[in-house]
Amino acid sequence: MASIWEYANPKKFIDTTDRLLPFIAVAAVAALVVGLVWGFFFTPEDYRQGSTVKIIYLHVPAALMAINAWLMMLVASLVWIVRRHHVSALAARAAAPVGAVMTVIALVTGAIWGQPMWGTWWEWDPRLTSFLVLFLFYLGYMALWSAIENDDTAADLTSVLCLVGSVFAVLSRYAVNFWNQGLHQGASLSLDKEENVADVFYHPLLVCIAGFILLFVALVFLRTQTEIRARRTRALLARERLG
Amino acid sequence: MMPELGKYAGAVLSAYGVSLFLIVGLVAVSILRARAAKRLLNDVEARRKGGNHG
Repeated sequence: MASIWEYANPKKFIDTTDRLLPFIAVAAVAALVVGLVWGFFFTPEDYRQGSTVKIIYLHVPAALMAINAWLMMLVASLVWIVRRHHVSALAARAAAPVGAVMTVIALVTGAIWGQPMWGTWWEWDPRLTSFLVLFLFYLGYMALWSAIENDDTAADLTSVLCLVGSVFAVLSRYAVNFWNQGLHQGASLSLDKEENVADVFYHPLLVCIAGFILLFVALVFLRTQTEIRARRTRALLARERLG
Repeated sequence: MMPELGKYAGAVLSAYGVSLFLIVGLVAVSILRARAAKRLLNDVEARRKGGNHG
């Protein structure tokens, strides 16, 4: 069996992801279309939330991906720190804009849902606040990558920032449990079936989550390829300049 | 075909509109950047090969 470290070779990574990308992309689109159409058109209103319950199919998967994208970046950053594989640092860089967009979607859909349900667009509630701070970490992470010319130095510094930001990624997930206050309710999904949303909402939600995960994987593969090529181009141009 | 969204129609539709706009935008930017990076690398590598043979 091939070792996972083989994929630290940029050429091997591009060849493998090139083969996988079309299948993952098609599966992502299929799951998103099925999940969102099912959720939007074929689920009933909630007796308390009315039709705003349909926002769950965007809000929950986006929030889930916002947190897990950062955790993926954390793992990739640790691999960079320990093993100095460039592909892992570039994969972390590639995931950041995807995670940032997911965070924006979670914040915006949450605000749109909150206005009619809580009577406010925003509240300095533990989960909302930690999510906002997570978004600021995403912005800082991307800005730091762009601000430093040397790729290895940028990877080192952004990896440290990623480690620090992980506190907020974890807080975003568990803030409700830690502080047990604020407006935001507990998890919509749980291994405990009693705590889950009703089945009629739960099944399309699972399909949407699968769609968001597949979309994230497809985008990270594609964007990591882009970062690898951009890095190679910068290296070749630097060599040209040297003569 | 359109479900009855009642008094929350504006909220639901705007949530879907903003989210789909952001997702489509992210995908489009990612694809365009990928193509541009691939084209630039091919150009630079072709130029280097041409330079080496010339």
